[in-house]
Amino acid sequence: MSVPLLDVENLTVTFPTASGPVDVVKGISFSLGRERLGIVGESGSGKSMTGRAILKLIRKPGRVTADEMVFDGIDLTAQSERDMRRLRGARISMVMQDPKFSLNPVMTVGEQIAEALVTHKKLPRRELRARVLSMLEAVRINEPERVAKLYPHEVSGGMGQRIMIAMMLIPEPDLLIADEPTSALDVSVQAQVLDIIDDLVTGKGMGLILISHDLNLVARYCDRILVMNSGEIVESCKAGDLHNATHPYTRGLIAAMPRMDEDREELPVLDHSAWTTGAGT
Amino acid sequence: MTQAAIELENLSISYGKTPVVHDVTFSVAEGESFALVGESGSGKSTILRAITGLAPDWTGRIAVLGAPRGHAPDRAFAKTCQMVFQDPYGSIHPRKTVDDCLAEPLAVHGIGGRDQRVRDMLAAVGLDQRFRFRFPHQLSGGQRQRVAIARALMLEPRVMLLDEPTSALDVSVQAEILNLLKKLRREQGLTYLMVTHNLPVVSFLCDRLAVMRHGRVVEIADAEALKTGRLADPYSRELYAASGGTLQPA
Repeated sequence: MSVPLLDVENLTVTFPTASGPVDVVKGISFSLGRERLGIVGESGSGKSMTGRAILKLIRKPGRVTADEMVFDGIDLTAQSERDMRRLRGARISMVMQDPKFSLNPVMTVGEQIAEALVTHKKLPRRELRARVLSMLEAVRINEPERVAKLYPHEVSGGMGQRIMIAMMLIPEPDLLIADEPTSALDVSVQAQVLDIIDDLVTGKGMGLILISHDLNLVARYCDRILVMNSGEIVESCKAGDLHNATHPYTRGLIAAMPRMDEDREELPVLDHSAWTTGAGT
Repeated sequence: MTQAAIELENLSISYGKTPVVHDVTFSVAEGESFALVGESGSGKSTILRAITGLAPDWTGRIAVLGAPRGHAPDRAFAKTCQMVFQDPYGSIHPRKTVDDCLAEPLAVHGIGGRDQRVRDMLAAVGLDQRFRFRFPHQLSGGQRQRVAIARALMLEPRVMLLDEPTSALDVSVQAEILNLLKKLRREQGLTYLMVTHNLPVVSFLCDRLAVMRHGRVVEIADAEALKTGRLADPYSRELYAASGGTLQPA
């Protein structure tokens, strides 16, 4: 990669607690080209906070500091809230975990997708409608005309998540952050949704950050993987080399997952004392 | 093993006027671990709910350990068959301590020696005694799921219904709970009927599985068929491929 799309240097996210400030992300650095990067970790590892910090979505009293956070030549740390609003959606967008909570229940699907586009670009109504329908088709929704008129409670979880993706991709952003995009979905639907993200991301040459707790899934859909544990990146490797991971935490995670052809009598359990430095867990 | 632990015959369940499960027939032998897999809305949890009496609108026949089930919750039945729910954050009373939570089934059934039983059960599910007087919010997800399992085991049931017992947990915690379930089954000779959508978990914990779709059982197979990728039904094969398995000709 020649010029990275996103460059993060020493990113820290801090929350104050009754027993003093706690760093949930502890000075991590990574860079991303127009590729698919997976961030894996268990709950509380700081992976979602990293995604949110990039979009500056962490509200007070949380505090984000970074030596450098540059997206396509724009210094994100120096942007005002107003400038960020212009970036969000248009240049960087985010797919959240659960479509049930992230879609507006009182707007039709079509209106919501159109809104995502109109916020950043004025368009004649007919063209807008055509764009919305073609986007719904792109996320493989049959009868886009009918679905555009539905309300979120009338669609299934998998369809809701595809609608979210349509909404996030219609302004044609350069970077898509997907935070557990499929963990609320069934296995069979999961693969469909990820295939759609994969097609659109590679087709348009976008960057993708896929945040998930599922190692196998990330290994299947990403080029590169970061493994996070209690706010730190413990391992960074090519997706294909995951089975050669060296860090005990990564190895423990891989071993703890039951396999399809399971013949072990007992699953190895992570021994947290093996690598944590006392803090956290 | 002469009698079946759970027997379902032409079981159809509906919620109000909506039929959810159609004509399901299978039986689980005593000491067996049986899995129901399928996507959401396929009716797999509804079957567990009908067995426990939480979904009373059913026709057909349900028998547990040879005794036919009625349509309502039933105290004697509770002693033989207990259920563990998916979400440990929602299934434990937030304002009762672990001790209250574990002692309650004993109080309901008028069983004495509660103090000792609670202590033994905490040890059996691998929880330290210091957790006994804590509230659920002071426990992690994995610890809560251990409490939920402990509560289900308090009445020494012989049949356990497990509704996605690990899907709300992290991978490393999931491994702990799966090991615990396997150990308990070995030690106490329990029968498991488990609902899950995670096929590798089935491979680890179960002997047989039934694949469900749209309220019907499309295939019943041995775990061996799952391990070698030799499932027969096209839908089960699709599910298997989506979970990352490599298919073999059936």
